[in-house]
Amino acid sequence: MSDVSFVRTEMLAEQAPPATSVGVVGWLRANLFSSWLNTILTIISLGFIWYILAGLIPWVFQSVWNANSLTECREIMAATWGKTHGHACWAVINERWLQLLYGFYPPYPITPEVNVGDSTGFLPAYLRPNLAMVLFLVAVAPVLYSDIVPRQLLIVTAAYPFLLPWLMWGGTIWAPIMVAAGLGIGYLGYRFLSPVIGALGGVILAILLPVIWWMFLSGAVAGAIDSVIPIGIAEVESRKFGGLMLAVLLGIVAIGVSLPIGIVLALGRQSDLLIVKGLCVGFIEFIRGVPLITLLFVASTLLNIFMPPGTNFDIILRVMIMMTLFAAAYMAEVIRGGLAALPKGQYEGADSLGLNYWQAQRLIIMPQALKISIPGIVSTFIGIFKDTTLVSIIGLLDPIGLSQGIRSNAAWNGIYWELFAFIALVFFVCCFSMSRYSMYLERKLRTDHR
Amino acid sequence: MTTITDPPKEQFRLSMLIYDTRYRSMTIQVVALIGFMLLAAWLINNTIQNLTELGKPVEFGFLVEPSSYDINQRLLEYTSRDTHLRASFLGLLNTLVVAVLGCITATVVGVLVGVLRLSNNWLIGRIMTVYVEMFRNVPVLLWIVLAMAILIESLPAPRAFRGEDATATMNLNDTVAVTNRGIYIPEPLFSRSLGDVHIFGQSSLRFDISLDLIAILIVLGASVFAMRRVAARANAVQEATGDRPTIWYIELGILFIPMIALLVALGFHLGYPELKGFNFKGGTHLRNSLIALWLALSLYTAAFIAEIVRGGILAISSGQTEAAAALGLRPGKIMRLVILPQALRVIIPPMISNYLNLTKNSSLAIAVGYMDITGTLGGITMNQTGRELECILMLMLCYLAISLSISAVMNWYNERVKLVER
Repeated sequence: MSDVSFVRTEMLAEQAPPATSVGVVGWLRANLFSSWLNTILTIISLGFIWYILAGLIPWVFQSVWNANSLTECREIMAATWGKTHGHACWAVINERWLQLLYGFYPPYPITPEVNVGDSTGFLPAYLRPNLAMVLFLVAVAPVLYSDIVPRQLLIVTAAYPFLLPWLMWGGTIWAPIMVAAGLGIGYLGYRFLSPVIGALGGVILAILLPVIWWMFLSGAVAGAIDSVIPIGIAEVESRKFGGLMLAVLLGIVAIGVSLPIGIVLALGRQSDLLIVKGLCVGFIEFIRGVPLITLLFVASTLLNIFMPPGTNFDIILRVMIMMTLFAAAYMAEVIRGGLAALPKGQYEGADSLGLNYWQAQRLIIMPQALKISIPGIVSTFIGIFKDTTLVSIIGLLDPIGLSQGIRSNAAWNGIYWELFAFIALVFFVCCFSMSRYSMYLERKLRTDHR
Repeated sequence: MTTITDPPKEQFRLSMLIYDTRYRSMTIQVVALIGFMLLAAWLINNTIQNLTELGKPVEFGFLVEPSSYDINQRLLEYTSRDTHLRASFLGLLNTLVVAVLGCITATVVGVLVGVLRLSNNWLIGRIMTVYVEMFRNVPVLLWIVLAMAILIESLPAPRAFRGEDATATMNLNDTVAVTNRGIYIPEPLFSRSLGDVHIFGQSSLRFDISLDLIAILIVLGASVFAMRRVAARANAVQEATGDRPTIWYIELGILFIPMIALLVALGFHLGYPELKGFNFKGGTHLRNSLIALWLALSLYTAAFIAEIVRGGILAISSGQTEAAAALGLRPGKIMRLVILPQALRVIIPPMISNYLNLTKNSSLAIAVGYMDITGTLGGITMNQTGRELECILMLMLCYLAISLSISAVMNWYNERVKLVER
């Protein structure tokens, strides 16, 4: 019996994976050339990308930055590259970028005495809109990044609604302070008079007193104080507003004001009170059923007719009102989604604690529902921000309206792509970063374990 | 011993209206209603006062006056001597045309892009992501204006097609002319036409329905019905015997033979566009404004639809696919029988709102001069007659009616595909 058998006694060393399945080659094989169909698709896509980039890159980078008109641009192009096509004339952006961003907002600190054409001033250009923007970021930071930003900054958030109009339109500082004082008067009235005349009377008084204050007294008082202690900044008329600043301003105002209205509408739509529910549903569905442009037509032609005879208020304010109503309807639907997403147990838990409707809403329901709806609110904001371009149709000078204005100038007649590219880029950067933020929030707020 | 006495009979006091929960809701509603009616009365009163001062009381008589403006892209015959009402009617049809065209294109492109974004080809996925982000984050008005500028600036003028040294040629075997004044495509003509039916006589809403079209639709409907019967028979045979009879050639025959016979009987031929003088004549002229609006709206909405489709497909757990594969279904059938019916339930509700958005966004036609209802009723008619209140009211009602009908139809469809829960 021969003893020829082979039993391996030690393990073989692990072999490296085949070179075609690791590293760059492996990745390429898995992601680009996994089958013949994929290979064809990859080649077609590469050709497509090449075609786009071959046109785009020379257009963007072999371009003219300094010229005074399109003809001069074309002369430079012809002299440098021998042709006038396929090269961008960024000179128009170089010359007009401030206009595209701020419209005709005066770049220098104007005072009533200083001639408007005089640009001497010791303050940096466009200080006020920029400051308003920075303050806006400060005001929303404690809301959006509640875990990092100290809560004390909420003071800025509370003051911002009064600061924004003052910074943008200027005028005496006492006007916004007096408007804010109305709220204080209402609170004090409720605080000190409700023990005397009962809770309900207190609430009615808390609403009535500020209204009387705003309608009859605040203007006079502000004027009186201003004549004694004149503190103020030069006024800027609405027709000078324009550019991206106008779009941002409209977007911020529409979203900021529509948030409380939207909450009320959403609660009304969810409530058991038939008439209240009917009114809310009717408003929401009506606004959502018509295009924004018809509401802007209302702003430009009809809103003055709806007001008492003799009222004539400014077009930007009218547009703000209509855009706010528009945003409020969409906001209401977003918040209703948040309310509906809350488990029924939360409502029942609040009831079993003995909280009444408003206590339950304030302490239990709303904090959670709003938290769930923040991504939706951000996307509504993106939508409204994009929709602000529609105001160019009723003649306001948003970036698209300005681009038409720039084209009608003889020097830049016939320039399309550079202006559109610039406007598109600005909108893209703003909207894309906001949408990424909302995706980050969605991930952060997802508390279910998946 | 204690005696239980009845609780004292409650007497109604005025304060119970507020403090008693039984009555409070009623109070709130009445207060809300009164407040609303006061507000409405105040607005209406102001409006009436203002309009009387301006000397134009609310009346709709202007609608039957001659419009004296032209509508370049239209479905029905119209001259500038027709009434404002007819102009608005044509505008409404134009709105519907661009909305329907846009919804179809947006759905096709959106579904394609949404599926391709999930492709396992990395490059394709990235390209589609760039497309989606690019279109979603730039205002639709900019896309519309840009599309218009591209069409006008980059396409050849009709005179470039003329002469010996023509710099541009017609496409597709000389049947389609792409110019900077619009695209000319062949039009269907019938040499032995059955004629038209005139509906609504001479009123502003009159329109003609081609009997040829009706005949074609009837034959098509009959063919489809017959095809379904044949398929049902094939199913029955398969149920009974296990063998499925080959029916595809029968179905093709049923679909095409009657249709071809009808077209021959009607003398169907195509009218090609031809260069005459400085412009093209004949064929159907799709103006730049229509094409720009259609293109921009459908590409913009397609980006949103792509995200919805992608989300819908991702929402179906991979267990479904694996289970279907374990049952022995082929990939195509897995998609058709398992994934899609479930994904549709997630996809349809947001799809409805995107169709609505597209329809509402079509009002931006006014930016490129396409004469939709915003351009006619809310544009030239309003500016000519100065009847802002009446025009905007009618405009809003039209859009409201369109929106409500789209959502009604789509909600009905949604009900049909919805999962029936216990």
